[in-house]
Order: sequence, then structure tokens, then C-alpha cells
Amino acid sequence: MMKVTGDKLFKILAIVIATSALAILIITGYTLSAGSMPALQKFGLNFFFGQQWNPVESREIFGLLPYILGTLATSGIALLIGVPLSLGIAIFLVEMAPRSLSVPISYIVELLAAVPSVIYGLWGLFVFRGFMVKYIETPISAYFGWFPLFSGAPGGLDILTAGCILAIMIIPTVASISKEVISAVPNSIREGAYSIGATKWEVIRRWVISYGRSGIFGAVILGLGRAVGETMAVSMLIGNATSFSAMPTSLFNPGQTLASLIANGILDATSSLTYSAYIGAGLTLLFMSLIINVGAHMVMTRVFKDKGGAIEQ
Amino acid sequence: MMSTQENTTKPNQFFPEIDAVVKMQAININAWFGQKQILKAVNLTVKPNTVTAIIGPSGCGKSTFLRCFNRMHELVPNAKMTGQILLDGENIYDKRIDPVQIRRRVGMVFQKPNPFPTMSIYDNVAAGLKLTGAKKGDSLDEIVKHSLEQATLWDEVKDDLKKPGTSISGGQQQRLCIARAIALQPEVILMDEPCSALDPIATAKIEKLVTELKENYAVVIVTHNMQQASRVSDYTAFMYLGELVEFDETGQIFENPKNKLTEKYITGEFG
Repeated sequence: MMKVTGDKLFKILAIVIATSALAILIITGYTLSAGSMPALQKFGLNFFFGQQWNPVESREIFGLLPYILGTLATSGIALLIGVPLSLGIAIFLVEMAPRSLSVPISYIVELLAAVPSVIYGLWGLFVFRGFMVKYIETPISAYFGWFPLFSGAPGGLDILTAGCILAIMIIPTVASISKEVISAVPNSIREGAYSIGATKWEVIRRWVISYGRSGIFGAVILGLGRAVGETMAVSMLIGNATSFSAMPTSLFNPGQTLASLIANGILDATSSLTYSAYIGAGLTLLFMSLIINVGAHMVMTRVFKDKGGAIEQ
Repeated sequence: MMSTQENTTKPNQFFPEIDAVVKMQAININAWFGQKQILKAVNLTVKPNTVTAIIGPSGCGKSTFLRCFNRMHELVPNAKMTGQILLDGENIYDKRIDPVQIRRRVGMVFQKPNPFPTMSIYDNVAAGLKLTGAKKGDSLDEIVKHSLEQATLWDEVKDDLKKPGTSISGGQQQRLCIARAIALQPEVILMDEPCSALDPIATAKIEKLVTELKENYAVVIVTHNMQQASRVSDYTAFMYLGELVEFDETGQIFENPKNKLTEKYITGEFG
């Protein structure tokens, strides 16, 4: 006689819920794969490495390379600027700020994550863009315009501005997780370091960061995930170039990311092939996110496992 | 300098006939955590090449007192203290003194072994020297070996120097922490209940080591284990409720305590 106890019921429920996460991922992957088949079959590898994008019927040709590179470029800029800032915030909150300061500041930092991305886009468009052009891009262009990375006329709607907005947008994620990681570093480690004559800065740099590195790395990856997938603010600020002109050759050129490409174009798609190409862009974006996450996880376990001391996962 | 020099020879209530040879001296130490006073006007003298034990029931302030000797107390938020602690006649709380320098001269071993988990055994010992800019080289190798030998750990780890500092047993970890302190060639070593997390065999090894260390260093050891104090120390201080009740040669304290409270504690009537 089978009797379904509360425990058993709960176990079954938990299993169903847990597997549904995997199921959603698989279904999404399948839908995107099926939808992008026509474009993939027509263009083959050129779909990923081609640079043209022409949705005009009967002359359709689609290549994602500029947008893949655009995604990597803006996310890279976001990490480059956002991670040091976030780490600085986290270190300040845990190691330096008195409680009366650290509690409200952490709250405000976490609140930044609740700001809708379209607000960041609007602010970026009307405030930040002007700042970038006047104080960052024009001076750099004047002195280093000969350098290919800084070529072109600074207009503010470009890869650099989009990357900087992304940097601001990943700060709440990276900073608040890093803060938790740094608070989890046992005090006995800090005391041991102080007892052999380490200064505060040395304790933070050589002991705290080193002990929390795998957790901080995880925070960075989550931030990267957000940067890669962010759509609204980026499409408002990146200039939305297409085809050859979207190749991210200069920081001051308009570009395009996979996410902004889809958001900007998919509603105007008329032919089924064009539609399929946009879904293919979505599939590529999904794979990029998966590769980043899985790759990061592998690096994390391989690099940190034998060294020990990382926050136990 | 001259005026502080005089302080070392000032008569002390517990050592009226004290000789001039004093390594460290705590003068009128008061300490607080927030509003709570932990130490009340505590005085203590530490002589070179001796082991001084601080005993007393839990919460009597003995660990706090110890942490005043290398300026670790002030690292705790809301911690306050007043009074002077002299190291070779110089007040370590003087404004011109850098606490980092003090902590290099006055090493510390903690209650729970705390080797650095992200560092190898070698780097655990070398960490303090590397902070001062020492590079990997022969002299560093030598100091690491010598420190591990002094901590009686060398033979057990010499083939595993690259393994993480946390890969060895608890007792070995504690000796690694002692080696880490020794590597800086300090003048005084403070030990905060160094055996409380260890088994009897590991404890015996640390105790033996403590008595060897006094050849080169002054050792101050906090313990709640009275047998340990009587085994390893030359002088014993008994603290109760933040005050120093009695301070004398260890034999005196254990066989002929002057204070009733000390006697009660020694005989196990409370604690």
C-alpha cells in the first residue's frame, strides 16, 4: 500500500520545479534552433562570419559578425570599467566604511539594480551622452585621433558610450555579490595578516581578495551575463549601425550588439527568411551566454581548485 | 626618550624589587568594547627570555589584554583603550609609532590555527618577509627552513612545502603559525590560548615548543588551562573581571598564592 506522505509529496514537487528550469532552457534552445534553421541552412557558416545584413526581399543576405564583435566589445568595456569600480565599492563597504555608512550605501547600490534599463537609456541619451562627447571623446579624439581605436568623429552614440552605460548597469550586481564574498572572508585571516605586519591595503590586496577570488570571479561573470544580454539601454545609445559599418573598429563609431539588433529589427521583418535570421541572432546570443557561463565555471574550478582557499562552492 | 626610559624602572605594585631588565611593560591599561569596560587599570611586566602566563576564567579580559601588546585590540570596531605599553622602554601607543612595525616586533599566535589557506606552507612562513620586499632566494629559503625548524615542524613538512597551509593537521597548522611569527624574528611572541583547539598530543608538542622559544624570545601566553600555565611559564598573572588579581613567579602563584581569589581559582572552586 503506497501512502503519499507530506515529505514525499514535497520531494516530488521539488524535483518537478528543479527540472523545469532545465526544461525551459532546452525548450528555448530548441525553439530558437528550429526557428533559425532556414537562415542557417541558406548561409551556413557565413551566417556567423559574414558582415552584410540586408533584409530587402529577394536580395536578403545576413551575417552576424559585426554584432557578435559589438556585443563582445561593449561587454568588454563594461567589465573593464565596471569591475574595478564595483570592487572598490565592495571593499569600501566591508573593510572601511563604518556601519552607519555601509548599511545605507549597500542599500542604495542594490537599489541601482532596480532602475529599469530604459531609464538608464534615457539618462544616457540626454545627460551621459553629452558628458561623454564633451569631456571624454572630444579630448581623446583631439590628441589620439590618429590611433585607429579612437578614429572617427565623436558623436556620443557609439560603442564607448554604450559600454560605459553597461559598466554602470553591472555595478549593482558585481558590487553587491563581491560585498557578500568579501564579508564571508573569515576575520581570522585578516588578523593573521595584521599580526605579521601587513598594512590595511596589503591585507585587502594579498589576503582578502585572494581568498575571495573565486566568488569575485563569479560576480564578474554574472555582471558579464547582464552586459551581454542588456538590450534597451544599449540600443538607445549604441547608434544602431548595420552591415559593414557596424564592425566595431573604433570606440567612437556607432555599432550594434546582438540584443539591440534583434530589438531594433525583428518587428519590421517581412520575409520568413529575415525573421529566421533574427531568431538565429537570438540563438547566437543564447550560446554566447552559455559559453561564457560554462567556460567561466570551468576556468574557476580548474584554476582555483588545487590552490584551495577559495570560497567553498 | 629619557623620560620614557624612567618609566621602566618605576616601582611596580607587584614587583617592588623589580630589576631593570624588562622587555615589555603594561602600565595602567583600561580597555573598552563600546561602553563595556573590559580591562581596569591592569599592570604587567614581561621579562626577556621568560614565559609569562595569563590565566583566569572566560571573559576576564585576558585575551583583550594580550591583544593590547601588539596593537591588535584597536582593529576591532568600537574598541578603545588607555594606558601605556612599553617595548624596550618606548610606548608603543605613541603617536609617532607605526603599529605595523610593532606587530613585526611583537608576533602573535591565535586561539584557532589560522594559516593562510590561499598560500603554500612555504609562503605562509615567508609572507611577513615578502611584505617587506624580500624576494624568493637563498636567504628567504634559509629563514623559512630555520623558522620551521624552530617551530619543530620542518621534518614533517619539508617535502610538502608547496602544499596549502591548511593541508596539514591542526597541531601542525598551529606550529606553522608559530613559524610564521618566528620568521619575522620578533622580540616577543604573544600566544592566545594556542592549544585550546588541539588534541593532547599536539598540545604537548606546543607546550614543549613554548619552553624552547624562551631561549630567544619573551613569550606571553594566555591560557584557561592552569596545568598548562604551571608547566610552561616562569611568571603567572591571574586576572578576574578585568582586573589583575595577582602576579608573581609561577611557583608562588600555584603553591602559595597571596590572594584568596587566586587560591580559590587555583584550587578549582570557581572558573
